Amino acid sequence: MDQRVDTSLLEPQRVVLPGEAAPETEVAARGVSVHYGAKQALFDVDLDVPKNSVMSLIGPSGCGKSTFLRCINRMNDVIDIARVSGRIELEGKNIYDADLDVVELRARVGMVFQKPNPFPKSIYENIAYGPRIHGITASKADLDALVEDSLRRAGLFDEVKDRLQEPGTGLSGGQQQRLCIARAIATRPDVILMDEPCSALDPIATAIVEELIDELRANYTIMIVTHSMQQAARVSQRTAFFHLGYLVEEGDTNRIFTNPTDPRTQDYITGRTG
Amino acid sequence: MADTATIAAPDSIHTSDAAHRRLKRRYAFETRFKVFGIAAITLAILALVSLLWTVFSNAFGALYQTNLVLPVSLSAERIDPGATNDPSVIRRGDFEGAVKEALRTALPAASGRRERRELYGLVSDGAALDLRELAMANPSVIGSKEPRVLLASDDANLWIKGYLGSIETLPTDGRATPIGTTGSIEIVAEANVFQPLLTVVKESLLKKAAAFERQAMLQQRGVSYFENLLSQLGDDASEQRADYERQITGYKNREASFTEKADAIRKRAEAPGGREAVDSDLSSFLVRINGGVVKVREVSADTVRGDVILPLASEAPVAANAWQLQRITSSEVSRKVSDRQIVWLEELRKSGNVSVDFNTRLFTSSNSRESELAGVWGAAVGSFWTMLVTFCLAFPIGVMAAIYLEEFAPKNAITSFIEVNINNLAAVPSIVFGLLGLAVVIEFFGEDIFNQDLRSTALAGGIVLALMTLPTIIIAARAAIKAVPPSIREAALGVGASKVQAVSHHVLPLAMPGILTGTIIGMAQALGETAPLLMIGMFAFIKDVPTGVMDDATALPVQVYQWSDFPERLFEMKTAAAIVVLLLFLITMNAIAVLLRRRFERKW
Amino acid sequence: MQDHIVSAYSAELELLDTKIATMGGLAEQMLGRSFEALERRDPDLAASVVERDQDIDDLQTELEEQVVQMIARRQPMANDLRQIMAATKIAGDLERSGDLAKNIAKRAAAIADQSPPMPLISGLRRMSELAMRQLKDVLDAYAERDAHSAVAAWRNDEQIDATYNSVFRELLTYMMEDPRTIGMCTHLLFAAKNLERVGDHATNIAETIHFLVIGDPLPNDRPKGDTTSTTLIRHS
Repeated sequence: MDQRVDTSLLEPQRVVLPGEAAPETEVAARGVSVHYGAKQALFDVDLDVPKNSVMSLIGPSGCGKSTFLRCINRMNDVIDIARVSGRIELEGKNIYDADLDVVELRARVGMVFQKPNPFPKSIYENIAYGPRIHGITASKADLDALVEDSLRRAGLFDEVKDRLQEPGTGLSGGQQQRLCIARAIATRPDVILMDEPCSALDPIATAIVEELIDELRANYTIMIVTHSMQQAARVSQRTAFFHLGYLVEEGDTNRIFTNPTDPRTQDYITGRTG
Repeated sequence: MADTATIAAPDSIHTSDAAHRRLKRRYAFETRFKVFGIAAITLAILALVSLLWTVFSNAFGALYQTNLVLPVSLSAERIDPGATNDPSVIRRGDFEGAVKEALRTALPAASGRRERRELYGLVSDGAALDLRELAMANPSVIGSKEPRVLLASDDANLWIKGYLGSIETLPTDGRATPIGTTGSIEIVAEANVFQPLLTVVKESLLKKAAAFERQAMLQQRGVSYFENLLSQLGDDASEQRADYERQITGYKNREASFTEKADAIRKRAEAPGGREAVDSDLSSFLVRINGGVVKVREVSADTVRGDVILPLASEAPVAANAWQLQRITSSEVSRKVSDRQIVWLEELRKSGNVSVDFNTRLFTSSNSRESELAGVWGAAVGSFWTMLVTFCLAFPIGVMAAIYLEEFAPKNAITSFIEVNINNLAAVPSIVFGLLGLAVVIEFFGEDIFNQDLRSTALAGGIVLALMTLPTIIIAARAAIKAVPPSIREAALGVGASKVQAVSHHVLPLAMPGILTGTIIGMAQALGETAPLLMIGMFAFIKDVPTGVMDDATALPVQVYQWSDFPERLFEMKTAAAIVVLLLFLITMNAIAVLLRRRFERKW
Repeated sequence: MQDHIVSAYSAELELLDTKIATMGGLAEQMLGRSFEALERRDPDLAASVVERDQDIDDLQTELEEQVVQMIARRQPMANDLRQIMAATKIAGDLERSGDLAKNIAKRAAAIADQSPPMPLISGLRRMSELAMRQLKDVLDAYAERDAHSAVAAWRNDEQIDATYNSVFRELLTYMMEDPRTIGMCTHLLFAAKNLERVGDHATNIAETIHFLVIGDPLPNDRPKGDTTSTTLIRHS
């Protein structure tokens, strides 16, 4: 089947336009493996995530993409039987070092989950909770400003400004998810992890969230796990394809979706059995 | 061809007759299922309604209390001769004498030791105690003579409220003439007025005769038994034979004596007229004539002989229907209140000296041996202290244990062993916890640590019940914590909350309604628990209202159990009343839990 | 290549190939017949070729409709996307080739009553054979997804260009020698140009096949043999 005429043409290359500086790496994974008990869920993953860009992780269910995402803010620590090996560097510092505080890490690496999961409290409290427990703000006025800023960045402020004291669970699904994004932003993170953030949303709400992701890219490094290839193609600059716990292919989104190198990627994104 | 024959066309599978029959069967099954369900619920509701009906209808009798309102002279010389106004002097005053004097004044007809004693029996011991309380609280009443509310004795109370029978008036169609006004007198009437009364007596005689005949028949059985044995004996067993013959003779003699008695009674019963005694196991009959009351002892068709209870004014003949023949529907032996007392009570009632009031004493006083004095307040307060201890121990410990097990404990053999044991503890019979309380709380804590006898204190009871309630609370709390969606935990951890923060800020508030429900179930169980409390001595008779957890106390269910054991009719009612109070206690606890739950839920 | 999980998707992709194959067959047939009509001065044959063109146009319209629907409904990715894009482009090239064949047939009809200058036709014959082979090669390469033969066919275009150059010069020479032949020779010159254009379309198809199979375009440095645009024959 191999029909390569000139393999030099086919090497996946990070696309660097002339005049554009090589992007700085925000998150760098080196040899990351995860075991759940005796079962290995992730095999020796190396991945660089450039700063201020969107990296999407795609792959079939159980391929380890969510597991990998959860390594980055150490959410796997919650699972007793999970064991992570390898290094994950956030701005050059290994987050699995003993001297790194996981609470601080999670303030720096925000997370948005598959199902919108606002706290069953008011909209204001939802946003204010993170800053409050981290003691980011000095006064009530600061906190108010931070809440407003976070909601504005999440594109939600105008919709909810008159009902900040109403429950967050009373919002629509898409609004709830943006509330969760605002909540993640409120702790001033560097990286935002999103685990299938639109899987519970309708197409309009999805489009709004995708537009938001594109805007957030200017200030945050975003990693998004998605089952929708179209979504990965729409929102991300780079795409990584996971399969059976291996990182199969990583590269420029444009290339991955038009001309993937690995036949497994090809089969997956074109919807073939395999 | 085979294929097309076996597989019907798709549309006919669901529209054929067979399909309709299948569908019908399914609907029939559904209908049956619903009917069974409704029947089960109906049965449950009926059981509940009949239970509540029994309890409430019984309890109703305890809600009202009979009082005698009589002028009582609290003379100074009797109570406080030195006019000291000193409570300790007043305490020793002769209030009982004052009550007795009041009774004697109200019913001067009672004379003689026996009658006096019956008279005093109309009033409870509590009447004097009430007066003492009054005088001690307000010494200015000393020296006054005013109508005072005197608590009636339990029997008087029951009679007035109609639980011991009633009085019905029989027709008196002839003139009656009393012979004598006091003591044992005779009343002669025209037109066989007393014939119905005589008939009643004779009917009872017939019943007695029948009873004797039955006895005789039983003796006859003995005779035939031994005769049978005798016929089987050989010739050589002469000793045995003699014994049997003696037995037979004995039976025959007894049979003859019973038969004789039965015949005599039957003869009396069947003969017209004659004079018969009115036994105390028959209804009592009274004659009211010339302002007096006579209790009938003997009766013939036109004459009665009886004892005067209230003296007659004169021996003047009285026209038909101007005098009364009355029947008390219960017999004197079947009730503790005597005919004489009944007459007095009716007299007092007629003169307006009897009042039936709401029984506040039931709710304000504590236990007593006297049924009319007993109340549930002491037990309710005891239950309150016990429950307070139980809650203060079981709730925090249970919730914290649940949080630890559910959120923090590593999943290994040790924790699963602990889990299994907690689940098993919930099924341990409560009496076992009583034993534990006896051994650990009283022996160890009480003697070695507090150096105080904890027996029958609310503290000991509360500790034991807390131990019993813990597994229920832990299981319920764990279920509630587990039911909190993991997404909330993840959300909290995701913004950088520590595990404890995630649990205390988010998981616990969301689990609280469920935890409270479980706690209330456990507390309700503990509230109704008797067995372990019996083990640690909370069965003791305690008259005082406990003022703290270290006081001797009893609990409502224990009190219910105690009262249900007492023979007095009034205690039976008060048992029901105490059950109602227990239910109210329970409803209050539930209401508090519902309110708390609302509060937690309103915070989303 | 494995089948899609959604089998209708695979069937649609196959239908695209079938349509391309049909169009390719039609284009080859038209090309062959148009040259035959030119050679035999057969106006009837020429007319039949002109009629055929409608079929190829219809097929292209049909294929484009299908492509639009597939993009809307299947959101094709990677090689599927490339295949659909390639089919669109190839269909366009084939349709143009069909148009060019039709044009040759029309010219054949126009010069039907003229006597043929034999040697002149032999150069055209060679061009026609080369163009048809070229077309056949790229269509085969498409059917087999064979990038190697596509690239080989791509390189072969040079021969057509070279032949065209010589035919061009030859015809110019004829026209200079005998002005009476100018009318016919102009037609033949255009026919030759058309054949050369067919070769170019075949080259486009080869490039498309390369993009389809490999995923990257061929570098834009194809050996060019057509120098006629810079050729000037001086009247001596």
